[in-house]
Amino acid sequence: MIPQTFEYKKAQTIDEALALLREHGDEAKVLAGGHSLIPLMKLRLSTPELLIDIGGIQELSEIREQDGRIELGALVTHRTIEFSELLKQKCPVLPEAAAQIGDPQVRNKGTIGGSLAHADPAADYPAVVLALDAEIEATGPDGRRTIPVRDFFQGLFTTALRPGELLTRVRVPVMPPRSGAAYLKFPNPASRYAVVGVAAFVKLAPDDTCAEVRIGITGAAAAAFRATEAEKRLVGKTIDDRTLTAALEDMVDPDDLLSDLAATAEYRAHLCHVLTRRALRQAFERAHG
Amino acid sequence: MRHTIQVTVNGQTHRVEVEPRLLLVELIRDVLGLTGTHVGCDTSQCGACTVHVNGEAVKSCTMFAVQADGCEITTVEGLATDEQLHPLQEGFWQEHGLQCGFCTPGIIMAAADLLKRNPDPSEEEIRRALEGNFCRCTGYHNIVRAIRYAAARMRGEAVVPRGEAAPTGAS
Ligand SMILES: Cc1cc2nc3c(=O)[nH]c(=O)nc-3n(C[C@H](O)[C@H](O)[C@H](O)COP(=O)(O)OP(=O)(O)OC[C@H]3O[C@@H](n4cnc5c(N)ncnc54)[C@H](O)[C@@H]3O)c2cc1C
Ligand code: FES
Ligand code: FES
Repeated sequence: MIPQTFEYKKAQTIDEALALLREHGDEAKVLAGGHSLIPLMKLRLSTPELLIDIGGIQELSEIREQDGRIELGALVTHRTIEFSELLKQKCPVLPEAAAQIGDPQVRNKGTIGGSLAHADPAADYPAVVLALDAEIEATGPDGRRTIPVRDFFQGLFTTALRPGELLTRVRVPVMPPRSGAAYLKFPNPASRYAVVGVAAFVKLAPDDTCAEVRIGITGAAAAAFRATEAEKRLVGKTIDDRTLTAALEDMVDPDDLLSDLAATAEYRAHLCHVLTRRALRQAFERAHG
Repeated sequence: MRHTIQVTVNGQTHRVEVEPRLLLVELIRDVLGLTGTHVGCDTSQCGACTVHVNGEAVKSCTMFAVQADGCEITTVEGLATDEQLHPLQEGFWQEHGLQCGFCTPGIIMAAADLLKRNPDPSEEEIRRALEGNFCRCTGYHNIVRAIRYAAARMRGEAVVPRGEAAPTGAS
């Protein structure tokens, strides 16, 4: 399979990449790890005239802790996240999810920025960053702006990034005391993408009830989303079978979900329910330490 | 526009002119003539094309050659030293880790990446590390044995190939 011909330019800095994007507009596409884009180009589902390779921009490959948050450059690979000691200590749900992406070779090349910008409905990170209430930093011709992740995923392969903007960083919180999170996925047996994936975050109040609950769901619908109704029903409660049954009832409407060869919308709704239940239980147990 | 890139493949540096759409696996096989790296699916699934780029296993059908400019690449041909098989190659031989052999170069390169990180992987860990590699012949059983054999050899342990083990129960 041979992609359509294209020109190739390597950007060494964010400014260089932005200048190239400004100059070439719609004809250009950014290349990060290439593990979504290159397969699409080989199928000629994507036929950019110019690839702007951002893979060498050093400052976007770093993970660092700052002001109670961990900042990940867009080019941090799934593998780096999987093995990051800092993340394992301070935000372990991210390595837990990274380890479930594709296979080792894919994880060696794919990047968190590429995954989030691509917004594949079956990608894993979207559920996790939603549950963590992360922030996305975008950099464009007018400088940087911060996008709360709840406003980021807008539809099938569609995000709040504007034309000419790069996703430059992702900021996730350091897990606060007495909090826990978990990511569980029902993988497509062939592709390993999520048929449904659920990330849950729980923070306990002094009386051991839930002070904060966030549930991020991927794979189920055209875009990853928060199960906000279920979240609200759980605040102030402890997590046990009865509360879970009450809170998760009708948590998703099959009419809003995807149907395909892997699963009908009804089955996806069922998976949302089962995985949310398990993820919340794990998050709750981890919050107890 | 063609680009001139420099890659070091199995220790040997090459300067080559490539079209941007040339895949790394095409550079390796068609331009450099190293046909040990295979193309199975050409759709990023099967892992037959796995090589190391700067020490990490990647699917060379899912990377453009221009992206490898300045990189160190190792293919299966680069593993053996001075006529001495790499422990993984020896393991596949001794433990009968292949049948048709089509998947073998990719699996060996994926396993080499695993053993760098984890010198003593369990069967479960080996199977997980091979999620990106398909074998249509062996059922993976002897592949796992071959990798455990190699891991033991690389840890400096003496290993007795299965075929040569003393018959059990003999008096
Ligand atoms: C065999 C296989 C299995 C996979 N399994 C899974 C899985 O189980 N779960 C999962 O989540 N993913 C899976 N993936 C996808 C993988 O995680 C990709 O790496 C990821 O989706 C895209 O990241 P990338 O760095 O490779 O991006 P690229 O492919 O380089 O880019 C993807 C898109 O995002 C744009 N882009 C990239 N970076 C930026 C940026 N910084 N700013 C703006 N736009 C940008 C590009 O222009 C392009 O349109 C799989 C891929 C393969 C090949
Ligand atoms: S040929 Fe590259 S993964 Fe199959
Ligand atoms: S030995 Fe034939 S595909 Fe693996």
